[in-house]
Amino acid sequence: MQKSVIEVSSLYKDYQTAAGPFPVLKDVNLHIENGDYVAIMGPSGSGKSTFMNILGCLDKPSKGQYVLDGHPVANMEQNAVAQVRNKTIGFVFQGFNLLARSSLLDNVALPLVYAGVDKAERHARAKLLLEKVGLANYLNSRPNQISGGQQQRVAIARALVNKPSLILADEPTGNLDSVTSEEIMTLFSELNQEGITIVLVTHETDIAEHASRQVRFLDGRIVQDTRTREIGTSNTSSKSIAIPISEAI
Amino acid sequence: MFTAMLGEAWHAMGANRLRTFLTMLGMVIGVSAVVLMMAIGQGAEAAVKRSISAMGSNLFVILSGPPTSGGARSATGNAPSLNVKDANAISDLDGVVGVAPVTMGKAQIVFGSNNWNTDIIGTTPSYLEIRGWNLSDGYAFSESDIRSATRVALVGKTIVQNIFGDNIDPVGKTIRIKQSPFVILGVLDSKGQTLDGRDQDDTIIVPLTTAQRKLFGNQLPGSVRQIIVQAESDNTMPMVEEGLNSLLNQRHNIREGSDSDFYVRNLTAIANSAAETTRTMSLLLGAIASVSLLVGGIGIMNIMLVSVTERTREIGIRMAIGARQRDILLQFLLEAIVISIVGCLIGIAIGVGGAIMVNIITKAEIIISANSVAIAFGVAASIGVFFGFYPARKAAMLNPIEALRYQ
Ligand SMILES: Nc1ncnc2c1ncn2[C@@H]1O[C@H](COP(=O)(O)OP(=O)(O)OP(=O)(O)O)[C@@H](O)[C@H]1O
Ligand SMILES: [Mg+2]
Repeated sequence: MQKSVIEVSSLYKDYQTAAGPFPVLKDVNLHIENGDYVAIMGPSGSGKSTFMNILGCLDKPSKGQYVLDGHPVANMEQNAVAQVRNKTIGFVFQGFNLLARSSLLDNVALPLVYAGVDKAERHARAKLLLEKVGLANYLNSRPNQISGGQQQRVAIARALVNKPSLILADEPTGNLDSVTSEEIMTLFSELNQEGITIVLVTHETDIAEHASRQVRFLDGRIVQDTRTREIGTSNTSSKSIAIPISEAI
Repeated sequence: MFTAMLGEAWHAMGANRLRTFLTMLGMVIGVSAVVLMMAIGQGAEAAVKRSISAMGSNLFVILSGPPTSGGARSATGNAPSLNVKDANAISDLDGVVGVAPVTMGKAQIVFGSNNWNTDIIGTTPSYLEIRGWNLSDGYAFSESDIRSATRVALVGKTIVQNIFGDNIDPVGKTIRIKQSPFVILGVLDSKGQTLDGRDQDDTIIVPLTTAQRKLFGNQLPGSVRQIIVQAESDNTMPMVEEGLNSLLNQRHNIREGSDSDFYVRNLTAIANSAAETTRTMSLLLGAIASVSLLVGGIGIMNIMLVSVTERTREIGIRMAIGARQRDILLQFLLEAIVISIVGCLIGIAIGVGGAIMVNIITKAEIIISANSVAIAFGVAASIGVFFGFYPARKAAMLNPIEALRYQ
């Protein structure tokens, strides 16, 4: 039995609104094991993003326990949480969230700045990852000079640069066409093959099928949890990356 | 890490050049005003100090005529009531170390084809001692010149420049003062300007008796315009002042309560209050300039607040990828500091340049001390920290998820 990266038990989240507390997550329980590939699905407003933000330590639950890698997040002080976001977790957002004024290289290298890595190594690692996601020719471009699919690759490279054990992706293909989405999903499958735990939110069933496990949210509760593949056996339909990413980083 | 952040601060400043420039302008104006005002103020102070030390120490001047409430008035000294015997009597007073009776006037002087209108001072050799005035060339006249009213003269540097030029040694030459020939015995050291801006080197000193009898023929023989008295020390000045008043009242038969026909002025006190005034002025100038520095600081704060709001999303992204609160704080603080320090450096350059221009145009003395530049720099840097801190803290305290959602 593999160790759990994520252990969520009796998790509640209320948003404070003018009309009083508004419950969004109601008694969510979920364990995600190391190396798993989980797709979170559910209708709009069911609390998926809220849940992901809590998993990513960007937001705090109102009630309940969240243990990440064996450490209860509630007990962590601010700097420790920042360090978790920096080293343990890699984020991929629907809107890419790249820094518009910085080059792709600087964007990918940014987490290493906060990790205290020196400049030469920052650039070397960022360059290698951009090469792995197929953007070797765009190191000095700005995010607004490349396509959405390419921007999402940059965001993935940035998420990977500090060798995280967990990737959290909230609708990573939400802004992309189906062909580009396929490419991004292939990249995720390969990362999962290399042992990185992935949790992604999607509305589309064919995207969710890349994952080994599908969790369905409805109105702030988990209503369905199906495993379609064993951990570490996600399908890599096409081998686009010759060298495993874990070797690159 | 730090250099990376410095680079980013530089980058961020470059992203909106016009705005950065305008923000910096506040700092530039403030710093250059402070540097300029300090240069002018310190220059004025130094000029005053120099003319005070050139005046001689612990001095009184006794003027003919009744005292006026406004201090000196133009008529003072016109009706001569003082004479050489008064001066002799004063020299016997306790605490008095030097006495010089003085009579003076304007006269036209001629050397060859050169003309010059200047101040003539008729006095005794003790005048030079009291004023601490040395000769740069030749020698002074003596008591025997006073006794026999010889036509000899000591000339100031300005006279030498204007009627002799650089190539003629004036000592031993004969000039004409009011048509009569005078032999030049010596050249006076340069004294610079008086507190009220008169050129003290535009002066000729002749024996008192010569001035009285041969230049400014007097109504009353032996009368003088002024008597300059030097007290032994600062402490004895009040005692000497009292002694002077009672002695002269007695000698001039002035009864208590009635107006006296002379006026004792404490030159040292006047000079000290002039020094005090310039010091106050330069402080005031500095204070006014500092206000513009403050305004510049507020400008930085304003722009940094706008910048934090504009870049809320960027802050959210940075937090999501692992920036700690203090990383964000440092980033924005550095930006404010870089703006204020760069603005400060430009301001120092402009302030120094402006001070040099003022010096060239008005000939006013200026002093650019390393101290004043260092102070301006330090104050500007602290303003950057002070006014940059609040916006930077505001950025650092943002909630990551709200910052990320910010549109
Ligand atoms: N800051 C907030 N304040 C108040 N209510 C909020 C806030 N953020 C989200 N909500 C509410 O919480 C509920 C869940 O939002 P959430 O973004 O988690 O949904 P989601 O499942 O990600 O939906 P989608 O698929 O559309 O992205 C929604 O009803 C939303 O209106
Ligand atoms: Mg969502």
